[in-house]
Formats: sequence, C-alpha cells, structure tokens
Amino acid sequence: MLSLRRYLPLLLALLALALFPLVGSSYYVGLLSRILILAIFAMSLDLLIGFTGLVSFGHAAFYGVGAYALAIGFQNAEVIHLWQALPLSLAAAALAALAIGWVSVRTTGIYFIMITLAFAQMFFYFFFESPRFGGDDGIFLFLKPVLMVGSEDLLGLDKDSNFYYFTLTCLVLAFLFLKMILRAPFGRVITAISANEHRVQALGYATNRYKLVSFVMAGTLAGLAGFLEAAHTGYINPAYLSWHESGVVIAIVILGGMGTLYGPVLGAFMVVLLQNFLPELTPHWQLLFGGIIIAVVLFLPHGVASLFPKVADLGRGWIGGSPSAAKKVDSHKEAQP
Amino acid sequence: MEISFYLVQLLNGIQYGFLLFLVASGLTLLFGIMGIINLAHGSFYMIGAYLAYWLSGMTGSLWLGILLGLPLALLLGYAVERFAISFLYRRDHLYQVLLTFALILIFNELQRILWGNNVHGVPIPEVLAGSIPLTENQVYPIYRLFISAACIVIAAAMYWVIQKTRLGMMIRAGSSNREMVQALGINVNRLFAIVFSLGVALAAFAGMLAAPVDSVYPGMGENILIISFVVVVIGGTGSIKGAFVGAMLIGLVSTFGKVMLPEMASMSVYAMMAVILLWRPQGLFGRAV
Amino acid sequence: MSNEEKKGITRRDLIKGTAATAGLAAASLFVPPRFAIGAQAKVKVGFLLPYTGTYAKLGTFCRDALKLRLAEAGNKLGGREIEFIDVDSEANPAKAPELTNRLIKRDKVDFLIGPVHSGVGMVMVKMARGDQGPITVVTNAGADQLTGSLCAPNIFRTSFSSYQMGYPGGPVMLEDGHKRVALVYWNYGFGKEVAAGFKKSFLAGGGTLVKEIPTPFPEVDFQAYLTELAALKPDAIYTFYAGGGAAKFVKDFAAAGLKDSIKLYGAGFLTEGVLEAQGAAAEGVRTVLHYADTLDIPENHKFRAAFKKATGQEADVYAVQGYDAGELILRGMEAVKGDTGARAEMIRAMETAEIASPRGKLRFSPSHNPIHDVYLREVVKGENRVVRVAVKDQDDPAEGCSM
Repeated sequence: MLSLRRYLPLLLALLALALFPLVGSSYYVGLLSRILILAIFAMSLDLLIGFTGLVSFGHAAFYGVGAYALAIGFQNAEVIHLWQALPLSLAAAALAALAIGWVSVRTTGIYFIMITLAFAQMFFYFFFESPRFGGDDGIFLFLKPVLMVGSEDLLGLDKDSNFYYFTLTCLVLAFLFLKMILRAPFGRVITAISANEHRVQALGYATNRYKLVSFVMAGTLAGLAGFLEAAHTGYINPAYLSWHESGVVIAIVILGGMGTLYGPVLGAFMVVLLQNFLPELTPHWQLLFGGIIIAVVLFLPHGVASLFPKVADLGRGWIGGSPSAAKKVDSHKEAQP
Repeated sequence: MEISFYLVQLLNGIQYGFLLFLVASGLTLLFGIMGIINLAHGSFYMIGAYLAYWLSGMTGSLWLGILLGLPLALLLGYAVERFAISFLYRRDHLYQVLLTFALILIFNELQRILWGNNVHGVPIPEVLAGSIPLTENQVYPIYRLFISAACIVIAAAMYWVIQKTRLGMMIRAGSSNREMVQALGINVNRLFAIVFSLGVALAAFAGMLAAPVDSVYPGMGENILIISFVVVVIGGTGSIKGAFVGAMLIGLVSTFGKVMLPEMASMSVYAMMAVILLWRPQGLFGRAV
Repeated sequence: MSNEEKKGITRRDLIKGTAATAGLAAASLFVPPRFAIGAQAKVKVGFLLPYTGTYAKLGTFCRDALKLRLAEAGNKLGGREIEFIDVDSEANPAKAPELTNRLIKRDKVDFLIGPVHSGVGMVMVKMARGDQGPITVVTNAGADQLTGSLCAPNIFRTSFSSYQMGYPGGPVMLEDGHKRVALVYWNYGFGKEVAAGFKKSFLAGGGTLVKEIPTPFPEVDFQAYLTELAALKPDAIYTFYAGGGAAKFVKDFAAAGLKDSIKLYGAGFLTEGVLEAQGAAAEGVRTVLHYADTLDIPENHKFRAAFKKATGQEADVYAVQGYDAGELILRGMEAVKGDTGARAEMIRAMETAEIASPRGKLRFSPSHNPIHDVYLREVVKGENRVVRVAVKDQDDPAEGCSM
C-alpha cells in the first residue's frame, strides 16, 4: 500500500531507535535520550514555524518553565509521582504559553519574532535573579519521577535504558498527536494561515484564536521536553531559557527541515552529533559549525529532510513499480509552478 | 536625595540613551529601515572595537585607527552581503535569523584566532581626556559628551539621508517593494549592498567610538545585541526618529529603574517593551502593520 | 515550466552520502577503548574548561599551567603516561550535564579538572561526586556549595570559595580605617556569595554598611550607581566585578572623579587580568586575593619564569590554581605509585598534602577547600603589589558539608 511505503523509512528509523539500547553503551544511550528530548522540543517549534508560520524566538521559555516546574515543585519532595509532576509541568508551560501567546499573536512577522524574544528574556531574568528559585546556580533534583502501582515503580527511570524508552515513547506520542491535529480541520486552517492569513480571515476564521491554540500546544509540548530534560539530568539552570537556546532550536528545525515533523528529529541528531564530534577535529570547531549552518541555509533551505523524498522515490523504484513510474511522479510534481 | 542627584541621573539617562542610539544605529538602518534581521550586529560592533584597538595601537592614534578601520568595516559588510545575505531577500525572515546567528559563531571564533582572549583597553585621545565637574565630588568625562555629540550628528545625518534625499527614498522604497523598484530601473542589488555595508560600518563605528569607554574583550558584542533590538522595536521599524526616541526612553527607564527599583532592573526594560508592543504592535513611530 | 528532471543530487551521491553517514554513526557507536600496548594504560586527565567565549583566557591558562607542572615532573603521573582530554565548557551551564557525562562516562577519565564558571561547577561536582566518580579538582569555580553541601571525598578545590573572597575584605577595610562603607557587586550567584562573606566580617567588626548595591549581571552601565555613590559619600566601597566588567567599573569610577573622595576596594578579580585595560585608573586600587603577581617568594618567581617560557604569557592567579592542581594530583599518584584503584590512599595523600605553591603555603580543609593566606594588594605603577597579609590561613566554614 502506498501509505505503508511512505512511512516505511520512518518505521525503520523507529525500529532502529528502539533496538539501540541493546547495542549502545550507557553513555550513548544517555546521549540519545538527550537527542530525543531535543527532538521533542524541536518538533513543538516546527508546529509553529513550519505549519503555522509563526517564528518564535522565545520558545526556550516554555522548555525552561516545564523544567523549572518539576524542579521547584519537587525540590524537597521525598518522592516524585509522575501523575503529579508531569501534569504540573505541562500546565505551567501551557499557562506561560497562553499568557505570552495572547499578547504575541496579535503581531506578525518581525514584530512577533521580537516580542517572543522579549518575553523569553523576561522569563530568563526572572529565574536568573530569583534567589528562591536557585538563581544562576540552578536547582538540583536528586530523584527521578516514579509511577507507583502498589509498591512497584513501573518506570524505573534510574536505569538509562528505561529512561530512554520512556523518552522515545513520549516522542512517538508527541509525533502522533501532532500528525493527528494537523490532519484535522484545525491543522488545515493553521497551514492555510501560514500560507496567506488575510485570505483565511476573509473566509471568516478568527485567525488569532487558531494561532493562539497552536502557540499553546507548541508551548505545552516544549514544556514536556523541559520536564524530561530536568528529570534526565537532575539539574535546571536559567541558561536553558536564554535566547541562545531559542536560537539553537530554530537552527535544529531548519537544518532538519521545517514543516515535516520528522525533520526536526533529524536536525536534533545532526546538531548534537556535530557538537559532539566537531570539537575532536579542531579547537576552532565553531567556525565549522557556523559554516555548516550557513551552507544549509544557502544551499539546502528545506533542510536535511528534503533529501529524503528523493530516497523515498528511489525506494519506490526499487521496492515496487518501475523507476520510470517514479520519474513520472517527480516530473508531475515539478511541473507545478 | 537632593535635587542635584536626580538631575545628574537625568543626565546619565540621557547620555545612556545617546550611547544606545549610537550602538543601535547600524541595526536601525538594517533592521528598522531595510527589514533585515541581523543577529550579527553585536559581532560587527565587536569587530569595530577590535579594529580600533589594533589600528590605534599600531598608529598611536584613535582617529587614525578609526579612519583606517572604517573602510575595512565597509568591505566586510559588502562581502557579507554579496556572499550570504543577498541570497535571502526573497526568503522568509527565518533564514536571516539563522544565517546571522551562524555569523556570530564564526566571528567570535575569528576574533579569538586573530586577537586572543585578553581584555584590552583603548586610551582616550588626549584632546578629549578631561572632565567637567558636576557636583562637589562627581565629574563628567568629556569623552562621554563627545560620544553623545557624535550620536546626535549621526542621528541627524541618518534622518536627513533617509527622509530627505533620493538615496533615502530609494532605500525606503526598496525595502518595502523590491521588485517594483527594480522595475523602475534602479539597481536594487547594488543599492542593498551599499546599505548593508553602511549598516555594518555604523555598527563598527559605534564599537570604535565606544572602545575607550567600554574596553575590548571576547563576547562583548552579546551585551549590546538584544538591547539594540529592543531600541529599534520600541521605536518602531522604519523610523529613525522612533529609534532615537526608543533609545532615550530605554536610557531613562533603565537608569531610573536601577535607582528606584533595583530588584527589577533587568526586567524593567523588557516589561516596558511588552507594554508598548501591547498598545502599539508596530512600535511607537513604526509603520502601521 | 520545463519538463526537465531536476538534476541536483544523483542516486550515486545519495548512496555515498548515506554510506558515509552510516559509517560515521556506526564508528562513533563503537569507539574502541584506548588500550596501551605494553605495561600500563595511560592515566586520563580530563579538562572541563572554557576555551571559547569571555572566559577563554582563564580556561587556557589553567590547563597550560597544569600541563606545565606535569611536564616538570617528566609528564608522568605515578610513573604512568598521561592522556589529556580537552572539553570546551563554553562556560555554559546548559551544556554542562552533557559535557560532564562525556568525560565521566564515555572517556572514563581518572582525573577531572575544572571549571571556571560556578554554574558549570555545580553540575560537574554533582555528577562526579561519589565512589564511582573520578578524582575531581575544581580549579576556579568559587561557589561555596562545591565544598559545602556538595562536598565529597573525591572532590577537591585548589582555587577558593566565594566566602574566602569576601570575608577578608572586612578586617582589611576596618584596619585601613574605613568605617562607613558601601557594597557594590554584580548581582548573581558568585557575587552574592562574595558580598555575604564581606558583610559577615565587616559588620561583626563594627563597621557600618551605608548601602548595599547589587547591580544587574552582566550589565556594565554603571553611571547611575556611580552617581548614587557620589551622593552617599561613603569612606570606601568594596566591590566584586571581573573581566570586562571590572575593567569598565574601575575606569568609570575614576572617570567620574570619585577616586579622590572614595577609596576603591574589591575582591581580587577587580584588578586581575585587566590592569592593562584599566591603565592609570587602577592606580591605588586595593584588592584582596590569595595571590599576587609580584609575590616575592622563590616558588612564585620560579613558577612565573617557567610559565612565561612555556607559553610566552605572564602567569596569573588562574594559572596558579591550575599549577597547584597539577601538584595535587602528582602527590596523589605518587603516594599510590600510579594505582588509580587505591582511591582511599590517594585521597588521604591529597587531603593531607602541604604544597609550597606560588601563592604561599597551601593546604586543605576537611571539606577539601584550600586554606591559604589572603593578601591585600595595591596597584602601583600598573602591577599588584602586596601591602600586607590580610588574613593568615583563611578557611571556609563549609556550610552543609557532612564529611
């Protein structure tokens, strides 16, 4: 079936990810957990950038709020119950997104970029200068969240591989959730808004409301990523809310390929692996990293994911149907202006 | 506190406002007038400061240093525009954000390679090295007054060029409708290249002037980047007057905020920006969206 | 629109690219453990220091000085060859968990050295402390908790605690005859701790704190505060600033003409590494630090000459802290003859070590924090000259340490 073939690469990738802890050392499992958390963060931003056409330069604020909610709420707790902690983080992030979004979606273009930046900075300085919330020394968490059934912890997050699977599950659920809402009428509306907002308004839609809902959903998912990060490393610091982090996640979305949902996942892999391995090549690795970003911006604007439809087409040629059939599909697509 | 205290703080606020406008002037031109999001603005400021340090060290004079440094900055701006920015005009602002973000990384590393990690000072030129007594125990350095004067000159020059000359008209037209201007027979590519170079040179010039006061050190561009954006956004894009007013407003709010609300000092500027954008999303004097 | 096929990436390119990526990914997953053919495996010394950004100089000096000390000892630790692993912390706490993890879990270092930034230090120490963690020597980060609530047998510090940067300021200013003092500092974790240390000794000694002025970090526009100080007219001020901020503060202070009416004191970083930038404005400024470039003891002269020879640069306090860390791990490894498994013995040797450091006599408290003399220095003709010993054997209360 066509749809299975289309999703085959994704399913294969998921299988590879699921099997990884069986072969990887504990360090790499931990590293991959971090990549997956970043992937969730980036996917949530893709909803805004890639599908709604809202470039938010303050997305790290929600990531940070999700993380801080966990750290502040359960700093001195004897046990962290997942069913208490996770909703708290999500609600906090959603609330923050609602507040910031309500003000911000009334602006567009560069104003939107700037106002989201300004709000993120406010949050940053709030946490930075607050002695109660750890200030710039940050907050430590010495426990991991647990899901108790009777006296058994279903999660066992202390173990690296268990945490990995937990994160992978969250990633898959987030992906499916986003795919679902994008398929629904809501998703059509926001995609239309990103193409031409005035036209959608002319059709009678209250576009600001749709944009706000999209913003809140993206913020909540970012909060989920923040929750996972704080649970993973047991540490949160205002630096997580800095505009640098917001900038890096924008880079991840674009490098990976915006508007695809799986692109940001690729981007997260790319960026983290680059940051891990480039320094071993040269101490001036930032030059290389900057150069790579520029090269992608100039020559591969749709990111690494844009390479993959070609793979998929190749796949179609190899698995079933002739290569010429694939070519025909290609040229039909490109005939469109 | 006596009245003289508040008067001196007022002077501080105004002078800080002038400095902010000077530092943000390059961004006012590029972002405010041209609509190019240049995150590397802080890097160009830093490059200006390092050029001033290097060239004034070689020649023994800050003026010579600035004179030699400005053409270099213009050249750098031209190169960045031709080889990178020019490909992005037709695309979403997003790509400018990302590209200039990458430029920050590159310039930071280049600065480290060329000039190392130390903190440097640039001596104030002899002729401006004195100070004026303000109160019984506080004096005001003449160099700061000089910077304020330079700012006024630049602000006036920018306003005049953008609003009252043919070049300014072309720039304003080009930023709002590039194709149309091109259709009218104006070489838009060259126009944009020139303007971008000017914007970079302005940022570098600010760095050069401020170097004796600010010191020269790695990462110095980061501090002024965000505040420069806040200046332009509060003032409103498309308006030199707006950027000037925005800079003054921030200078005063920041200064008095430090004295009256010390705990909230950092947040006060951003809070003000949020309030202004709530009321007028296009900034105080910006074109209506 | 033409019907031509888009050229661009061919199938062959794609296969090549995918193979390369897959190969890289696979290779990275199976990084072979570094085996030494022959006698013993190399000792791994990992650095988590900033080599880029504002603190790059501090990170480089620390590493270079430690390497110098080890080179002086024949580049062997307890008779074993050394492998150095550099990780750039960028002084960014958001990256610290990942980077520390890399050194501890992937590279499995025996010794962990660094960092500069206290936020990074907090993460590093939290992750490294414990029986499984490497022997960790903190070479700059001054957060009190690192040898306080986070103390552990395998955590050492050769730099200072922020308490030790603030506390000596009190007796110094009282001895110099300043009773009415204002406290001005960068308002972030480290600055706040220094201020707290100062207040404790100054107020206990009978001084009057005219005003406490925390300034937002990392802003460097001080005009408003200088005007405030001019109006308050304290006898003197005690400050904490570092790097570019310190350079600016001292220059602005002098430019506002306040030097004559208000004496400027500060924690040592006010005049460390920034004297060239400050120029004449720094003359007469007094600071408190556990080291001075001009310290007239033979160990210091020897060290400075060696550092200059090895790196071409003039040493500073950050280099000294790295140098002493080198000495410390040398002692540890010597005591166990290179057997990194004999942890308890190695730690015992390290914590009882008495080091003739370029800063003077260095030994360690029960919480593994340095006990050293703190000097009062004054800038005279562009260098920090020692005026007197401010406090002998300055210790640290190690609040919250249960060792």
